[in-house]
Amino acid sequence: MTTGELYSIILAISGAAAAGIVGSFALMKRTVLAGDVMSHIAIPGLGLAVLWKLNPLLGGGMTLLLGILIIWHLEKNADLSTEAAIGVIFASSVALGALLINSKEELIDALFGGFGNLSTNEFFFGMAASLTIVIVIWLLRNKLIISLFSQELAAAEKINVGFVNLAFLLLFGLAILTGLRFLGALLAGALIIIPASAARQLTHTLGVFLFTSALLSVFSVVFGFWISQAYNLELGPTVVVVSAVLFVLSLLKKKR
Amino acid sequence: MGNLLTVKNLNVTLEDQSILENVNFELAQGENLAVIGPNGSGKTVLLRSLMGTVEFSGEIIWDEKTRVGYVPQKIEADRHLPITIANLLSAKAQIFKFPLSEVEWAVNSAKLTKNILETPVGHLSGGQFQRALIAFALLGHPNVLLLDEPTASIDERGEEQIYELLHELQDKYKIAAILVSHDLSYVYRYATKVLCVNKQGMCYGIPEETLTPQVLDKLYGGPHKYYRHEHDQDSHS
Repeated sequence: MTTGELYSIILAISGAAAAGIVGSFALMKRTVLAGDVMSHIAIPGLGLAVLWKLNPLLGGGMTLLLGILIIWHLEKNADLSTEAAIGVIFASSVALGALLINSKEELIDALFGGFGNLSTNEFFFGMAASLTIVIVIWLLRNKLIISLFSQELAAAEKINVGFVNLAFLLLFGLAILTGLRFLGALLAGALIIIPASAARQLTHTLGVFLFTSALLSVFSVVFGFWISQAYNLELGPTVVVVSAVLFVLSLLKKKR
Repeated sequence: MGNLLTVKNLNVTLEDQSILENVNFELAQGENLAVIGPNGSGKTVLLRSLMGTVEFSGEIIWDEKTRVGYVPQKIEADRHLPITIANLLSAKAQIFKFPLSEVEWAVNSAKLTKNILETPVGHLSGGQFQRALIAFALLGHPNVLLLDEPTASIDERGEEQIYELLHELQDKYKIAAILVSHDLSYVYRYATKVLCVNKQGMCYGIPEETLTPQVLDKLYGGPHKYYRHEHDQDSHS
């Protein structure tokens, strides 16, 4: 393993742990689907980055931020058309992104991720992002827990529910951005959702659930990395398939 | 003795619909005010405006020393949520920096068993769930409880137990209460004052004197408009 690969795997592991924790809260908040398609809105950003010769993370980050603000706004003014609006916005952003990125190779990378050539800056950004996610969730945990249970009760306790929701979406976006490098825009949401769903099947207390979710996410990355190396497969899809297998196995356990 | 709460000319308009108009009442220490009225008459909105979670015009003046505890209407807790009342109590205690002894006090006061504490909230029975919500509200030693139909989802025996628990707590700790209720027998038994609401305040005073058949006919009998039931918005999100 080269030093570059070592850095990549360290980053992938910390990103995975952060994704697992964000995912377990997203699952409890039931914003999983909105969040999952949210990763698609990074695609036109990646396209713009190619066009303007910017760092892909910067481009993806910009459109993700826009997506977050749109979802936040829709959540606040919830009405029947929310899901339709989300569907329209994100499907069209995939199309727009595909038009902007007109090299086939780069499009594949944007959609499914690539592994090599990690720059020092990207490494530090990724590590900082993962750490930020874990720390902010830790700080927000009490307010998140109460608003998960009931937003009304949270508001009665003077918790700023709108702020908590926005902060959480931003963390979700950051987790997607961290995963973008390895998993690509189509699959970045997968590592947030799937390990958390499997962990939910296996556990029934909050602390154990969060820990298991992070653990399964990390396991998917490590095991996926090993398989992809051994059989010369693409890393991103391999990791997602591994996590999906874990999810299927988790269904075998009878829940109480 | 000063009032804990004075409400003057309270008006609430939501989405261009007038929900409450010119509601006036007071709450003294230790008093037990029942709020009654038909469905959709604005009772829940009244409680929310007292807590400052909906916009209103008019005056709501709380005494400086007031600490409010809120017991919402039945929350449709997600059965898949791996959160227990112990998690919720500890979250609230950490936010407000309450000591552990405060949590223990709330748990004992609401007579929560270890089993209730450690069962995911979505799996609690109606009565257990309401007791858990009462413990959550008690955390912080409130001197006023706002309760929104605390027995709406429980059977008669459970209802009796909740009312007795509340009565005992109010007595012991001198807690005033504003309780929204459908149940007139509760009003006669426990309430020191009653406020009838149907968009406007329709009666206000001591139950035995205030609740004449004419008043009740007017409150429940007349044709009343149905709006969307306000409780449904938040509890599912």
